[in-house]
Parts: sequence; structure tokens; C-alpha cells
Amino acid sequence: MIALLLILIPVIGGLINLFIKNESSAKAFSLIVSLIVLAVALGGIYTSQADLLHFDISWMPDLGSRITLELDGLSKILSLLTAVSMPVILIAVYKDHYPDAGKFFGLMLLCQAGMLGVFLSMDALLFYFFWELALIPAYFICSIWGGEKRIQVTFKFFVYTFVGSLLMLVAIIFVYFHTPDHSFALKSFYNAHLTAAQTQWMFWLFFIALAIKMPVFPFHTWQPDTYEQSPTAFTMVLSGVMVKMGLFGVIRWLLPMFPQAASSNSSIIVTLTVIGMLYASLIAIKQDDMKRLIAYSSIAHVGLMCAALFAKQQAGIEGVFIQMFNHGINIIGLWIVVDVIEKQLGTRKFSELGGLAQKAPTLAILFVVMCLANVALPLTNAFVGEFLMFSGLFNYSPVMAGTAIICIILAAAYTLNMIRKVFYGNTVASTEHAHDSSFNVNAALVVLVILVIVFGFYPQPMIDLTRETVQLFITKIS
Amino acid sequence: MAYLVPLFPLIGFLLNGVFRNSLSKGLVGIIGCGAVLASFVVSVILFLDVRAGGALAVQPLYPFIHVANFKIDFVFQVDQLSSLFLLIITGIGFLIHLYSTSYMHDETNDHFARYFSYLNLFVFSMLLLVLGANYVIMFIGWEGVGLCSYLLIGYWFKNTDYNKAANKAFIMNRIGDAGFLLGIFWLLSKLGTANYTDVFANVSNLTPTDITGITLLLFIGAMGKSAQIPLYTWLPDAMAGPTPVSALIHAATMVTAGIYMVARSNALYSLSPIAENLVAVIGIATALFAATIAIKQNDIKKVLAYSTVSQLGYMFLGLGVGAYTGSVFHVMTHAFFKALLFLGAGSVIHALHHEQDMRNMGGLKKYMPVTHWTFLIACIAIAGIPPFSGFFSKDEILAAAYAKNPVYWVLGVIGAGMTAFYMFRLYATTFLGQFRGTEEQKHHLHESPAAITIPLIILALLAFGGGFFNVPAIFGGGQQLHHYLSPVLTAEHEHEIAHSTELMLMGVSVGVALLAAIIALTKYARKPELNEPEGLGKVLANKWYIDELYDNVIVNPLLALGGFFKNVIEKSGIDGFVNGVGGFIQYSSRRLRLVQNGKVGTYILLMIFSILILWLAFWYQATITGFFQKIF
Amino acid sequence: MPIQYYIILAAALFCIGVTGVLIRRNAIIIFMCVELMLNSVNLLLVAFSKMHYAISSANNKGTAAITTGTDAQLFVFFIMVVAAAEVSVGLAIIVMMYRNVHSTDVNFLNRLKN
Repeated sequence: MIALLLILIPVIGGLINLFIKNESSAKAFSLIVSLIVLAVALGGIYTSQADLLHFDISWMPDLGSRITLELDGLSKILSLLTAVSMPVILIAVYKDHYPDAGKFFGLMLLCQAGMLGVFLSMDALLFYFFWELALIPAYFICSIWGGEKRIQVTFKFFVYTFVGSLLMLVAIIFVYFHTPDHSFALKSFYNAHLTAAQTQWMFWLFFIALAIKMPVFPFHTWQPDTYEQSPTAFTMVLSGVMVKMGLFGVIRWLLPMFPQAASSNSSIIVTLTVIGMLYASLIAIKQDDMKRLIAYSSIAHVGLMCAALFAKQQAGIEGVFIQMFNHGINIIGLWIVVDVIEKQLGTRKFSELGGLAQKAPTLAILFVVMCLANVALPLTNAFVGEFLMFSGLFNYSPVMAGTAIICIILAAAYTLNMIRKVFYGNTVASTEHAHDSSFNVNAALVVLVILVIVFGFYPQPMIDLTRETVQLFITKIS
Repeated sequence: MAYLVPLFPLIGFLLNGVFRNSLSKGLVGIIGCGAVLASFVVSVILFLDVRAGGALAVQPLYPFIHVANFKIDFVFQVDQLSSLFLLIITGIGFLIHLYSTSYMHDETNDHFARYFSYLNLFVFSMLLLVLGANYVIMFIGWEGVGLCSYLLIGYWFKNTDYNKAANKAFIMNRIGDAGFLLGIFWLLSKLGTANYTDVFANVSNLTPTDITGITLLLFIGAMGKSAQIPLYTWLPDAMAGPTPVSALIHAATMVTAGIYMVARSNALYSLSPIAENLVAVIGIATALFAATIAIKQNDIKKVLAYSTVSQLGYMFLGLGVGAYTGSVFHVMTHAFFKALLFLGAGSVIHALHHEQDMRNMGGLKKYMPVTHWTFLIACIAIAGIPPFSGFFSKDEILAAAYAKNPVYWVLGVIGAGMTAFYMFRLYATTFLGQFRGTEEQKHHLHESPAAITIPLIILALLAFGGGFFNVPAIFGGGQQLHHYLSPVLTAEHEHEIAHSTELMLMGVSVGVALLAAIIALTKYARKPELNEPEGLGKVLANKWYIDELYDNVIVNPLLALGGFFKNVIEKSGIDGFVNGVGGFIQYSSRRLRLVQNGKVGTYILLMIFSILILWLAFWYQATITGFFQKIF
Repeated sequence: MPIQYYIILAAALFCIGVTGVLIRRNAIIIFMCVELMLNSVNLLLVAFSKMHYAISSANNKGTAAITTGTDAQLFVFFIMVVAAAEVSVGLAIIVMMYRNVHSTDVNFLNRLKN
């Protein structure tokens, strides 16, 4: 029941929101809807009644597809992320003006519904359905409310993700025909009879689809452009939550479906992702634009998660589970600050910024904390995840871990440079008359900072939340 | 009770940090100093408890990371080693907090509070570092102190150079931290635990390769934190921070974390001759290298910074030759006299309104008597002249080095000579001769207020008498520190050299130090070195051009690689490919579109051709299927 | 007369029609060519129908023939009726076209482009 509500509430709320003309009531309504979703998600985590977490009715019996939704450890943590991030984002942009606000926030809620659907569905067809459902609002939001080059960039985004989706669709249909009972159910997919060669093909089709979404080098170039050009509120959704769909797909579908193929290809993929991490980190150092820097930093972080997944070490996978949440929280925090700066000063370029700490001390402190989380400093949430992931990677291959760990040095370099160039030093023309962030922004950031610190000091509840699912997952893939 | 020690500074940090706009300076000072004083009191109680033979207290607070492969608790361990470090950290920390209330008084309210909150956060992190009962908690403190160092170096954040120095410090430390982390992962993957007690109990389960690998990786961390070759260049730049910060973080406490870690892991290091030798070689190399640079520096803080690097090198030499007590002892005495030196320098800088160049000082003896006398005591202590504290600790290291390999001893004595030389050059140039500053400065010259001089006097007493905590057997001493630490430093090598040899060695090193000190005094008291150096001196003044070397060999190539990735591979390579595919499709569509010319005739013609092709395909169906079957 | 003769004649007429449609630009001529193609098909229909009647009556001597050989003629009439209707519509279109653009050149009407 909770599982169904998690999807239905944002769908209905989003549809209603599309028709609200008044900007402030549209914002208020979407905020209320997102808070209800958050309440439901928390209910899902704390409830002791297991039957509330399942939902299962017939959908297309002829095809063998059912609407099966379930909240397990993985979907709990990801639906929590989705549910937490949406109100935070809405609060952070509450005072910004959006033309056609009703439609904008309605689409955001629909997107949230799609993502929640992806995380909850236990049926391949349903999964694909929600996967696409989450993307459609994305296209509209980017192409209508985006930056100058939005059409071009949305086109690129569209082509990339659509290629991925199609590859995945092909693979889903192929596997479907080889399931023992001609069903789209997750269990049937796990037990599909495929020859070794077919498994390889299907593995790569799925992997590329998910790799584009994550994104993993070299399928990542849509990401910085899209992050740069989309409206920042949506960039937060995109990078905070939507890229987790790719990692989620690997955990829920790819690895348990093709454990052998995953093992035989793991060295290629881990090498690729580690190269991608270094590559993205080095590019991030050379960026002159806050959004692009954060985008590349995100590529590096997601690369680590992907590498840790394919390393298939238990500690690493536990790290990935909690890091998916933590990364979402941290990067949303960074985007909020970028958004404030861009809206207020009209630029994101380091060369045109400086000395903001004198004018906006509160913003500076909150931003520094988020940055420290981004470099995975101990006692911030990201440290726990990265520590576990690196230790898993080390078990898999010390050389890979040794190479990948260079990224934490590079991460410090680019993140601190960003702080220095934007907040420290003397004020420049653009920041001369800057003022501190408004109350709603501070509130959103404080919520995130509290999450960062609480889960940095005491991460065990989150590890416990996902423990059983990780156990199951490990037995399935080994 | 151990958790109280870091708790007070944490509370102080939160109070000062959150209410920095509303608290008055006096209150901020009371909170900041009071928090550390409270920790100090608790530390003393803990120390006495441990000294009285109290049970080894390992106190789990709560589970930190419990996963299937390993369990890491938030757990504190109070034993001989950590309780000693607690005393040093909170004791000297308190004195420096007190000093800061006066030194930083010109700052505005909120920045004053910010300063104290950072300082408290630092003490908190440092206490975590030494209290942690496993490597992960140590690492938390380890990175925490790195963060505070970063924040405090960049405390005056309007100055871009300071910020760059702060970044440099953090990034170089991160290089070490990466090694440290890998070492922890190695331990976890082999033993499934990072608790000191469990690790040291199960050392026998590790192969020699494992031990060497782990110790070397951990040592990379120590190199970063304790500013050893090749990761030392951040420390001199870190002098950008306020002087009390330099005294506390970059001299007395944080930089000795590497020594603490190696000493803590003595059970591992003593099993790996490779690691021990490397530690000793890096230590002595750093000691000498930094000393040569210190000789030609003119910035009073830079001299002290290189002196710190050099002294840390001695401590690593001691660790490498197995004289763990000697190193820890030197950490202690060094904390006394180096904090004193920095605070004295701060007093001078404060009096001269932020003048740091020694060439513009001179003759301060008569204007600032307390500062002068305490500074002189510290100079004698660091030069290793008996019976000041530095003599005892340095001699213990040198004697152990001689037992291990006389070459270490010879190099060590050369280094000791250089130490005495640059310290007395500093002393002579600053305090002796005539004042060379502006009339304006001369007019304002005065002795510093009590908040500054009291810590100086206390530290001067310690710098003088600190050596008597561990008087060697040769002087009939009881080696109290040695006995006190023996439960934790079980792996200590007993250096067996005859008393006569030891006396001779002492005589030589003291003689060299005295000689160097006298040369420096006679040379610089009358005629300070004011001209720009030439030849080798220029190379030394420019720090052997190591910063330039790093820039050109590591930083710039990496940046160039990043630029290449950004502009070439990303834009032309991957994006070029993707856009190329798109472009090709667009181009071909544009061509294909011309077929649709709107003339019905063309369409019909195409239709007819298509029908013909289909008809042919139908006709030759068998051939075509055969063909495809052959291909696939 | 062998069936081939009819087929060849019909094919020839059809090809003439196709060629006419393809190469002429005058709408009226194209229209006539379309009619020509239509009629070639009519001719084939009648010819095959007759042929089938002849074969079946030869095979089933004495019994009643399956077809009378005239069903196709019915179809042909039907087609001719439809064609007449088409002509009336088609000519009307051509007249309208002439009124609008003062030409019966079909290439003039290339607005399907783009």
C-alpha cells in the first residue's frame, strides 16, 4: 500500500499542479505534495508491517506482466533520497520565479513519480515504463526552462538516453522470451535461460543503457552540458536522484541477472570506471564554471560507485548503497549554492567571482561544509560510503584502489580551488554588492548539512537499513 | 571519562561557531580557553590514573561502521602513549589559546570567535587522533586536524596567497592521507580489524610483504602530516596562518601526529627492516635538507618552520632506529621549545605590527626582555646544549642512531650543528645589535601584555626543565619516561653502547653545537646578513627550488593533461564522435530530403522502381535467403 | 487465339500508360494515360476470364461449366463505371487547377515539397 501511495501521490499531485495557474499556489501545492510523499516514505521505513510494503495486481496477464511494487532495503534508501530531496529542492527555489510555475513543478512531481516507480517496480516492463516516464518530464523541463543552448543540449540528452533506453528495451524483450514462464517478473528474469553468448550480449546491452544513465566514462558527455543548461532546480533532481537510476539498475537488474557475465567483464568495467574517475577529476580541475566542475566531480564519484559495484565485495556494496543516498544529498547542497550565486550575481565563472565570504558568510559556511562532504572528509556522510567502497575495491584489486584513490587528492584540489576562487580573496565587481542567502535557502541547506553531519557521525542506521538486501544481493551475484 | 576530553573542545567549537556574531570577545576567549583547560584537567586525571597503573581503558562509545567484513567502533583508548599526548595537546593547547586572546585581539568580534572555534575544533580533532583505539578513528582525527590546519592557514581569507598556502597544505596532506587509507584497507582486508590491540595481537598472521606494505603506506601518511621529504613543502607555506596557530598546529602538535602514528604502530614497524630503514633515511635526509634551507631564510617564521621540519626529521630518525621513547620524548621537548619559539616570534611580530623579516629587526633585547630571555632559553634548548631539554631528547635519538649505524650519527651531528647555527643566527639577528626598523615601529616597541608573556614563561620553564622527565641512566637518571612508555612501546630496540662511548658522543655533539652557536653569534650579532645571497646561498634561500620543481614536474603536467582531456578528448574526441553521428544523420537526411521534390511523377517513378525491386527479390527469394544464411 | 497475345497487348498498353504518366506533364494527358492503364487491366480481366472458361469446359466435358466466362465482363463494367466517376472528379480537379494557376502542368504543383 505504501509502495503504491509513493507513486500515486506525486502522479496525482503533479497532474493537478499542471493546471494551477497561480505561481505561488503552484509552489505551495507542490511543496505540500512532496512533504506528503516524504511522510509516506518515512512511514515505509519505520513501519513494522511488512505487508504494507508490497503491492501486486495483475496488469497485462497476456504478456505476463504485473504491477509489482516492493520496498526493500535498496528501494527504501532510494525512495527516501527521492522523497527527501524534492522538498529540499522546492524550499531552496521557493523564492525564484519560474514562468508557467504550475507546469514546471507539476513536471517535477511527475518526474519524481517516475523515479519512485523505477526504484519500486519489481517487473521489467513496469520498470521500463517508469524509466521512460521519468525521462519525459526531463525533456520538457530542459527544453522549455533551460539555458541558452537548451535545444541543442536537450537533443543531445535525448539522443543519449534514448539510445540507452532502446538498448535496454531490446534486452528486456529478448530476456523475456527466454524466461521459463514468459513473464516480466523480476524472479523470472533472474532465472532466464540464456546461452553464454546471449548472456554476454544482453549484459552489454543492459550495461551500456545503464552506463549512459549513471554516467560512466566514455558515455558521460551529455551530463555536464545537461547539468549546465537545465534549470538548476531540475539539475538537482537530475544529479541528485536521477543518475542513481543507473546504479539502481545495475544492482536490481544487471548484476543478479547476469552474475557470470558480470564477473567475467568486471575487470574491463572496473578499469574503465577508474580511468573515467581520473579523467573526470582532471577535467574538473581545469573547469572555470561551477556547474561544470560539480558535474565532472559527480562523474568521478559515480564512477567510484560503479567500480565498487562491479568489484562485488560486500563492504564495497554496502558503501554503494549508502553512498547513493549521501551523494544525492551532497550534490543537491552544492547545486543550491550554485543556484543562489547564479541567480544573484548572474555568473558562475570563477574568473568573475571572488570574496563572497565577506558578503555572504552564512552561505560560505554552508557551502564549505557541503564541499567538505564532497571531498569525503571524515565525519561527513560521504566518508563512510567512500571508505567502504574503497575498501571493497581494495579487496578486489589493490592496484585499482591505489589508482582510484588519487581521485580523493584531485577532489580536494578542485573543490578547494572552487571555494578559494568563489568565496575567498577580495571582492570583485560582480560580488561587490552581493548579499547573504535568503531564509529559505539557508533552511534547505541547514537540513542538508544536518543530514551530512548526522550520517557522518552515526552512519550505522543507514547500514542497518540496507543490510538484509545487501546480504541477499551478495548471495545472488556470487 | 575519556570521552570528556574531546567533548569540551567540541562544545567550545559549537558555541563559538554558532554564536559567533553575538558573543563578546571576552566570552569567546573564556569559552575557548575554558574548554581546553577543562580537557587539560581531565587529561591530568587520566594521566595520573594511567601512571598509577590504572587498567588500560578502552571505551567504546557507539558502533561507527559495522559491516559484514569488519566492525569499526567509535572507541577511545587511554594508555601510556595517548595520555602523554593528551597532556601535551591540552596543556600547550591551553597556553596557546590563552596567548591568542591577546594576539588576536585586533580582529573583529565574529572573526575572533571564528578563530577560537577553529582552534577548538583543532584540539577536538587532535584529541580524536590520539585517543582513537583504531586506525579509522585516528584517521578521522588525522583528516580533521588537516581540515583545521587548512581553515587556520587560510584564516585571513582575503589574502589569495594565504588561501593558496592553505590549499597546498590540505592537498599535500591528502596525498599522505591517501596512503594512510590504503594502509588501513590493507589491514582490514588481511585482518578484518583496525583496532590497535587486535592488530598487534595478530601480527603473526601477516606475511612480511603485508607488513612492509602496510607500514610503508602508513608512513606515506606520516610523511604528509609530519612534513617529511618529499611532502614537506606545505609546512613552510603554512606559516601564512596566525602565529599562535603555527605554534600549536605546525610545531607542537599536529605535525607530530606522524610520529605518534609510527610510535603507535611500533609493533608493525619493528617487524619490517625495510620500513624501518626507510623511515630512518627519510628522517635524517629531511633533517639535513631542511636545516640547510633554514640557514638562509630571512622570514623569522620560515626559519622556525624549516627548523620544525628538520626536528621532525630527527624524530623519524629515532623511530627508524628503534628509539621510540627517544622520539616521543623529543616530540615532548620539541613541543615545549618550538611552541615557545613560535610564541616568542609571535610576540616580536605583534610588537612590530606584523613585520616578519628579520633584516628589519635587531636589538629587541632591550625593548622586550621577557620575550628575549624566553626565546634565548628556547634557542639553547633546541641547539641541544645541556642541561636544557633538547639535549636529553636529541642525545637519546643520536645514541640510538649510533648503535644502529654510525653514519646516521655523523649526519645527525652535522644537522645538530646546523640547527644551532641557524637558531643563533635567528637570535642574533633579531635580538642583538641595533634596531633596524622604521622610527614609527621603534616608537611603538614594547613588551607584550601578560596574556602573551605568561605562556612564554611557563613554556620557558618547561623548555628548560623538560629534559629531566627522562634523564638517561648515564647521568644516574631513572629514565622515567622510558619506563612509563614501555608497556606500549614493546618493540623498542635496546641500544647497547658503552657509557664511555656514549659520553664521547655527547661531548662531540654538544661541542659541535656550541661551536656552531658561537660562530653564529659572533658573525651575526654585529653585522647581520642584509644583502641578497648569491651562489649556493641563493639556492638555499630559494629552498633548493623544490617548489618550482614540483610545479614543473607534477602540477603543471597534470594540469596540462587535464586541459588536454578537457579541450581535446572531451570536445573533439567523445563529443566529436557523438555529434559526428548526429551530424552525419542530419547531413544524410538533408540529402535524402531532396528526393521529396513534391513532383508526383518522381514519386510514381520511385514507386515503380520499388515494385520492380520487390518483384525481383521475390523472384530470387531462394538465392537471397541462402546468401544471408551463409553470412550469419 | 493464345492468351499470350492478350497479355502482351495489355502489358504494352500498361507500359505506355506508365510511361505517359511518368514523362508527360500535362495533367489531361496523364489522366488519359491512367485511363489507358486501367483499360489494359480490363482487357486482361476479360481475357483471363475467357481462358478459364475454356479450360474448365474442356476439363469437365458434359457437366455444367463452373463459370460462364462472363463474370469478368461484369467486373469490367463495374470498373468502367467507377472510372467514369473518377473522370468526372478528376476533370473537375483539373479544371479547378487550371482556374487557379492557368496551367495544366503538374510540375507546377510541387507544394508537397518541404
